[in-house]
Amino acid sequence: MILRSVTNGILKLVCACSRHEDERVISLTSWRAMGLALIVAAAGAGAGDVPANPAASGPINFSRDIQPLLSENCFHCHGPDEKTRKAKLRLDTHEGAFRAVDPAIVAGKSADSEMIKRILSKDTEEVMPPPKSNRKLTAPQIELLKRWIDDGAKWGKHWAFEPPVRPELPAVANKAWLKNPVDSFILSRLEKEKLNPSPAATKETLIRRVTFDLTGAPPTPAEVQAFVADAAADAYEKVVDRLFKSPRYGERMAFDWLDAARYADTNGYQGDNERTMWPWRDWVIRAFNENMPYDRFTIEQIAGDLLPDATREQKLATAFNRNHMINGEGGRIAAENRVDYVMDQSETVATVWLGVTLTCCRCHDHKYDPLSQKDYYSFYAFFNNQPVDGGGGNGKTAPTLSFGTPEQESKIADLKKKETEAKTERDELEKTIRAAQSEWERSVSGEPSGGKPAEIKWTAVVPDELFSDSGTTLVKSDDGAVLASGASPAKDSFVVTSRLKMAGITAFKLETLPHSSFVNKGPGRSDNGNFVLTELKIQGDGKPADLALVSADFEQQGWAAAGAIDGKAATGWAVMPQFGKVHTAIFEAKSLVGNRAPDTHLSFRLEFLSSNVQHVLGHFRLYATNSNPALLRPMAATLKTILSIAPDKRNDKQKKELADAYLSTNTALAAARQKVENAKKSREQAENDMPQTMIMKENPKPRDTFVLIRGAYDKPAEKVSIGVPASLPPMAADAPPNRLGLAKWLMSPAHPLTARVTVNRYWQTFFGTGLVKTAEDFGVQGEKPSHPELLDWLATEFIRGGWDVKALHRLIVSSAAYRQQSKVTPDLHERDPANRLIARGARYRLPSWMIRDNALALSGLLVDKIGGKSVKPYQPSGIWEEATFGAIKYNQDHAESLYRRSLYIFWRRIVGPTMFFDNASRQTCTVKPYLTNTPLHALTTLNDVTYVEAARALAQRVMESGGAETAARIEMAFQIATARAPSAAEKSILQGRMEILKKHYTANVPEAIKLLKIGESPRNEKLDAAEHAAYTGICSLILNLDEAITKE
Amino acid sequence: MDPLQQHQAQMTRRAFFGKSALGIGSAALASLLNGRACGDEKPGTRMGGLSDLPHFAPKAKRVIYLLQNGAPSHVDLFDYKPKLKEWHGKEIPAEIRKGKRLSTMTSGQSAKPVLGEITTFAQHGKSGAWVSDFLPRTAEIADELCFIKSMHTEAVNHAPAITFFLTGGEIPGRPSMGAWLTYGLGTDSQNLPSYVVMTSRDKEASCGQIFYDFYWGSGFLQSKFQGVKFRGSGDPVLYLSNPDGLSREMRRGILDDITKMNEIKLKEFGDPEIATRISQYEMAYRMQASVPELTDFSKEPASVLEMYGPDVKRQGSYAYNCLMARRLAERGVKFIQLMHAGWDQHRNLNSQLKIQCKDTDAPSAALVKDLKQRGLLEDTLVIWGGEFGRTPFLQGKIEETAQWGRDHHPYAFTHWLAGGGIKPGISYGESDEFGHDAVVNKVHVHDWQATILHLLGIDHERLTYKFQGRNFRLTDVHGHVVKPVLA
Repeated sequence: MILRSVTNGILKLVCACSRHEDERVISLTSWRAMGLALIVAAAGAGAGDVPANPAASGPINFSRDIQPLLSENCFHCHGPDEKTRKAKLRLDTHEGAFRAVDPAIVAGKSADSEMIKRILSKDTEEVMPPPKSNRKLTAPQIELLKRWIDDGAKWGKHWAFEPPVRPELPAVANKAWLKNPVDSFILSRLEKEKLNPSPAATKETLIRRVTFDLTGAPPTPAEVQAFVADAAADAYEKVVDRLFKSPRYGERMAFDWLDAARYADTNGYQGDNERTMWPWRDWVIRAFNENMPYDRFTIEQIAGDLLPDATREQKLATAFNRNHMINGEGGRIAAENRVDYVMDQSETVATVWLGVTLTCCRCHDHKYDPLSQKDYYSFYAFFNNQPVDGGGGNGKTAPTLSFGTPEQESKIADLKKKETEAKTERDELEKTIRAAQSEWERSVSGEPSGGKPAEIKWTAVVPDELFSDSGTTLVKSDDGAVLASGASPAKDSFVVTSRLKMAGITAFKLETLPHSSFVNKGPGRSDNGNFVLTELKIQGDGKPADLALVSADFEQQGWAAAGAIDGKAATGWAVMPQFGKVHTAIFEAKSLVGNRAPDTHLSFRLEFLSSNVQHVLGHFRLYATNSNPALLRPMAATLKTILSIAPDKRNDKQKKELADAYLSTNTALAAARQKVENAKKSREQAENDMPQTMIMKENPKPRDTFVLIRGAYDKPAEKVSIGVPASLPPMAADAPPNRLGLAKWLMSPAHPLTARVTVNRYWQTFFGTGLVKTAEDFGVQGEKPSHPELLDWLATEFIRGGWDVKALHRLIVSSAAYRQQSKVTPDLHERDPANRLIARGARYRLPSWMIRDNALALSGLLVDKIGGKSVKPYQPSGIWEEATFGAIKYNQDHAESLYRRSLYIFWRRIVGPTMFFDNASRQTCTVKPYLTNTPLHALTTLNDVTYVEAARALAQRVMESGGAETAARIEMAFQIATARAPSAAEKSILQGRMEILKKHYTANVPEAIKLLKIGESPRNEKLDAAEHAAYTGICSLILNLDEAITKE
Repeated sequence: MDPLQQHQAQMTRRAFFGKSALGIGSAALASLLNGRACGDEKPGTRMGGLSDLPHFAPKAKRVIYLLQNGAPSHVDLFDYKPKLKEWHGKEIPAEIRKGKRLSTMTSGQSAKPVLGEITTFAQHGKSGAWVSDFLPRTAEIADELCFIKSMHTEAVNHAPAITFFLTGGEIPGRPSMGAWLTYGLGTDSQNLPSYVVMTSRDKEASCGQIFYDFYWGSGFLQSKFQGVKFRGSGDPVLYLSNPDGLSREMRRGILDDITKMNEIKLKEFGDPEIATRISQYEMAYRMQASVPELTDFSKEPASVLEMYGPDVKRQGSYAYNCLMARRLAERGVKFIQLMHAGWDQHRNLNSQLKIQCKDTDAPSAALVKDLKQRGLLEDTLVIWGGEFGRTPFLQGKIEETAQWGRDHHPYAFTHWLAGGGIKPGISYGESDEFGHDAVVNKVHVHDWQATILHLLGIDHERLTYKFQGRNFRLTDVHGHVVKPVLA
């Protein structure tokens, strides 16, 4: 509350860090409230779901056993955040805990240590942690703390902030199992736990597993067969070699990186404008395929633009930073946006490379990690010096890099030329016509001689949507006419909406139309065919049009058309007795309607609320125009007045008015002017279509950076200089103080975090969970590594090998640990339900994007084409339209675009692709996947067109090449999907189902044909439809098996 | 014990796996919702959720949140300020404005003349609540409602403000309230998701706000807790219908075999995830029947349909969604989030406000009445309100009557609440005499959230989730339960 009043209601609550308020401790942890906490509590330390490696008897490790207890229970009030520190006591540093006056800890003497006394106190005022904090230490935890103090209270630094030291390979008993050094660490732990590793997976399982992991797609039956048949000792290595050479490797690895980089094809937020970041996405794919070393990969993406003689590719790489959302909502404050963007950029780099949660330091010093608010803004300063000002919602906000094709470039040049020509033509014509003005002036009062006057050009409004307030059925035709039928209520109001390709609308026309279904052919639905339009209200882009009546071709006495725009329900336009014919009323807009070219969102409300029952219009059409409204009227009186003045006596205003009036009557000039407008629009459109990828650039003069109070953009406090967090190693003395310096610092071999965080994320790629489960948080509150030595060994190995990503991946997939079978024994499940000890192979559902790629690959539909513009495959209709009120339509692609890999699917940020589930939302950086298991997923893979079509194509594939026997065909389908032969029991289930399906479809051939029509790929018409439909059912069954969507 | 027996035993224990279809279904949902079921499930009893929740006996079992997106004008509808008429056209006093932050749509406008309310107010019911004549049906139920006239928030733009109400933070990325509740309280529904979202908008589409899917996102909670958006056209749930040419009967057979084959796999591999998968497929099948039944209004009495107004039969309308909300509430859905856009009257207050009111007034009131007549109101909390209010001064020019408007205004606005443990027929809190600032008994968004959680039996300080090393909660580090509004 205090804070709120301080910031006058503008603070942004970006962080839920627990902290004091009103001098009370509120918060937080209820152990019981947190999923896995019971296991943790039993283990005595924050080791997540890693089975206990108890310190109960063995030596105590400060970082592993003690620091997590202090962090969880004490740091909140006695940690790094100075502002909320209690009793001036800090327990996150050695100096603090052992301070000279009133030390909390007396080494060797737990009984004399204030900390233990307070923990054991029965006094609710004294006891620590305070009851109000909802934190409590368990008895074993307290014992552990006591023993640590009695043993001398050895202090240490948080493990992740110390540089990794390459450990010796641990000795193991079962040396025969080892394939590479990774295994020594895994096995050593298993042996300590008295567990045996699982047997190796079958060759079928293994090739399927490694092919998914390295390429995101399944192996072909031929690949499986070749591997099974290859008895050579290095058969597996050969497969791995082949997979590393596949271009699909880069695509697979890119997908996770796109999640981390919050890549999308639109800005997010209102308007959700498109952007062209796919050239960067293709850069990522190339980088992986070319095995770009991770240090280059990092430096080019964070700061490629700052490299000496930066290439186009290096500049493109920096688009990584520009993938954040852009808020173009009306009324947004640009400076606020800009700060949001810089924060997002800083935090993304911190999460991806440092694995620390910088976010909470926006507002205050970190509660647990040694990171201050000042550190945050110093880090932020690296990204604060770019030209982006935060204004607008343009998805091509400079600096950008143009990716137009030569054809596009020449097209724009051509259009520019055409625009110039059109302008010249117009100007010439205007000159000629002006010469004849005096002649026109003479003629206007008498017979017109200057050619036919220009005419107003009306465009019919074709409705997008029609509503009736009282239940009338409204149906539109393609020509824009609207016909009422069904219920005929006493009163009604209609709403017509339309997105019209026109801006600067000057006038509207309502045309009432006769129809044979009405009395006297209408146009009204009353008992005589009349109607009363009590009110016509028009809005353009949400703004009401201020209307004036120009004319009505007929008005019933007492029911003038002006009554339809006077705001009174008692008056209105009616047409008795002129029934059965067309009538028109024209309304001029006092100011132009719709100023956002190229189109205007129009809504018309036609009210029929008179006391005359059912005087509701039954058939009508609406029109709009952007022609000069002067054309609507006979010559204005003012012009007549001007004409009556002698030419040399007219003032400038009068001259101009007259000249404008004259010019506007000329058809040829109107056409020439229109031509200029059109040429301009075409040129703008072409420029708009040209891909412009947003990249990074430094301002020549650095922008000052300030600490922002509570993270509020308009509350700057002390000025800070660019720099890295004080608790991490400093930047090299000669490093440039900019993003390039930052990137090089991240990749310095002595950096404690970068290599660990990266190898951990890649471990997660192959095992589903990192060695540190909290891949996004290596801080004090993050999970401790399950295998700390292995993590450090991999990190140092990664650095030693020159940040060779493929080598790291090879190391992991070549290990015996990776190659184990994934069966779970009851004992193992009891001991290690989450498989953190890796006594078995990883088994988990494929990510949804991979499930889709799998189905396309199995069915033979997958199109292997790398990169390019994002594609729009099948999606249930109306998703985008519903999310954007019809402003953005989903124009589904066809042919090969339907079958491209998932990473090429167009990602609209406000409503992501519907066929994916559990995926990162691509709104902010995400480095850790979540897998869930819900009925909505089942509905997707059972019913989505993509999957039904894949089943049909797979069915066709086995019918064409699986031989004539049903059994063989079914077996083939099963084998394609799982890489293994079905068991007898499985065969019998599938064959039984096949018989039922076949019988059903033979008796219902039209049903079969309906099923086979799903999806746009052509089917082999020579195949028997009933049979094909039955196989389609079988293939859908197979594609939905747990095994088919799981990495075994 | 072989792995299958082991796991079957385990699953029986954890109610993963009943033998009856019902057992499978409830297991499915438990898993959908939490992955941790708790014991022998009976229809209508809770599945999933955290074992220590609720923290105390709840007053409300479910919530229907009628979010009026775009921000209704409090000074024209509920917060009657005679001063506005008096000052109409005169510059709002600086000591009232206090130079507070505005959206850029009026921050640059040199004159800020007071705009008198464009409606007529009268007092209604025994409680004498002031309600505008634009809301006659709401006025009729005034004695059921608790008006909070001292709401205030921090954001001045729609998306951040809505995100703030729904997630406790302005920037997307935190779990929405419905996700928190599903995570914490599990579900009472056998056949439907626990958290359902429906959207609608004014017929004119006059304001164009977008319904971002992070409005019902699960943030850092697992994605199974996110709201299920029922669509306004076609299948209410994505991919619900079987493909053309595949009958429900054929589907049943295929699913039976998927189950059989997955059971073989389970026997061999022992991975409990397979058992969960089996139950999810079963649940999907059940949803294919339960959702069409849910959306079938044919058995609704004519009197009920009439109460919700003529739009009730149009899928995707506010009226339709209100009736759906009642049907969802009856079926045990815990958090029903309706979002209706169309209140953003920057330039069309004179024409659009009345239309908006007409479209939403009857359905909102009908929902409360309908819940009451079915005995559901006592444990269903209904909330009506926007993401902020609107300026008591004019956006636009005083002479351009047709284009009068009011800009975004976070410093005071009105919500009403009804049912589920709320004291009916009261008005709580006050704004100043211009309706500019909440001044008496101010209720901040976090207080509002704390109060809702309280009604559901949750201590808002104790429903937390650890992410990135910190314990997050809906109310951030703020929020006090507004006790005077509790029954």
